[in-house]
Amino acid sequence: MEYEVLVQLKAEVLDPEGRAIHETLKTHGISAINSVTVAKRYVVSISKDVPAPESIVQDVASRYLANPVSETFTIKRLHA
Amino acid sequence: MNKRISPVGTPRIGVMQFPGSNCDADCVDALSRHFKIEVEVVWHQTAELPSLDAVIIPGGFSFGDYLRSGALAAHSPIMNDVKRFAERGGAVLGICNGFQILVETGLLPGVLLKNNSRTFICKKTALINHNKKILKMPIAHGEGRYWIDEEGLLRLEGDGLVAFRYSDDYGATGHAQNPNGSVANIAGVFSQNKKVLGLMPHPERATDKIMGGSDDGLVVLEEFIRRI
Repeated sequence: MEYEVLVQLKAEVLDPEGRAIHETLKTHGISAINSVTVAKRYVVSISKDVPAPESIVQDVASRYLANPVSETFTIKRLHA
Repeated sequence: MNKRISPVGTPRIGVMQFPGSNCDADCVDALSRHFKIEVEVVWHQTAELPSLDAVIIPGGFSFGDYLRSGALAAHSPIMNDVKRFAERGGAVLGICNGFQILVETGLLPGVLLKNNSRTFICKKTALINHNKKILKMPIAHGEGRYWIDEEGLLRLEGDGLVAFRYSDDYGATGHAQNPNGSVANIAGVFSQNKKVLGLMPHPERATDKIMGGSDDGLVVLEEFIRRI
C-alpha cells in the first residue's frame, strides 16, 4: 500500500519560497493568484500484511517527516 | 589569548561526528590548542557517550541536510545518550548544524528554517550576547532563520534564555542587522537550565585574529567551559 504524506509550514510561519514564486507570478501579470504555499510530498510504501498500517504512517509522519514546531501534515491513502 | 587553561581544570569534551559534519576538526583544534582540553571525537553510531564533562555538536551538513537540517542526525544512535546526558544536567553546545540538531531533538525550543532571503549566507556578523557583550563571528548557513511561536518567544525573553542576537557593531538589533529573518534577531538560545546552548554563528571559526580579524569565538567557548 502507498500513502502520501503532505508536509507544509504552519500558516503563521513565513514561507519565503512560496512568497518568491507568488511575487514572480504577480510580476508576470497573473494577479488572480492570492498566494502560493510550497509543501513537501512524501510517498511511503508499506506491506499489506502489516497490522494497523495507517498508525505506522501517522507515527512516521509525526516523529520524522514533519517537525510539529513549524509544520503540519496530512495523510492520504494512494493505492491498495 | 593563546594557551589559556580553563578555571575548571581540564574537562573532557566530546565532539560528535555525523556523516557530513565539517566543523568537527575546527572544534577539536580550538579546544585543544587554546584551552588545552582533552577532546574525543565520537562517531554518531556510537550507542553510549564515553566518560565526558561536556558535548559539542559541530556544524556541517549532517546527512546532506536531507529531510530538514539536523532532522536525520537528531535520530542518530548517539543522540539518545546526548539527550540523557543533557537531562542529567550535562553541558551541550550546538553550533550551526549542531544547533539545528538540538532543536530537532527538542533539547532546545524553536526551529531553524530557510533564510528569508532564500540564499545561503556566509559572512562576518556582529552579535550581542546575554551579557550585553558585542562579539564578531562568521555565519554560514542556508537554514538559520530562528522561529518560535509568540508564547515561546515570551518565555525565552522572560526567562533570559536568548543567548545571542544579531546586531551591529554597537549592539543595535534592528531589522537591518538581521541577516536571515530570525524572530527577534535571535542567533542563539539556552535551555531552561542554561546548560544547553545552540547558536548559528561559528565561535570555532573565530579563535585567532588571523582568521578574519576576530578571536571573539574564544569568549563563547570559554563561557561554555565555565558552565560545565
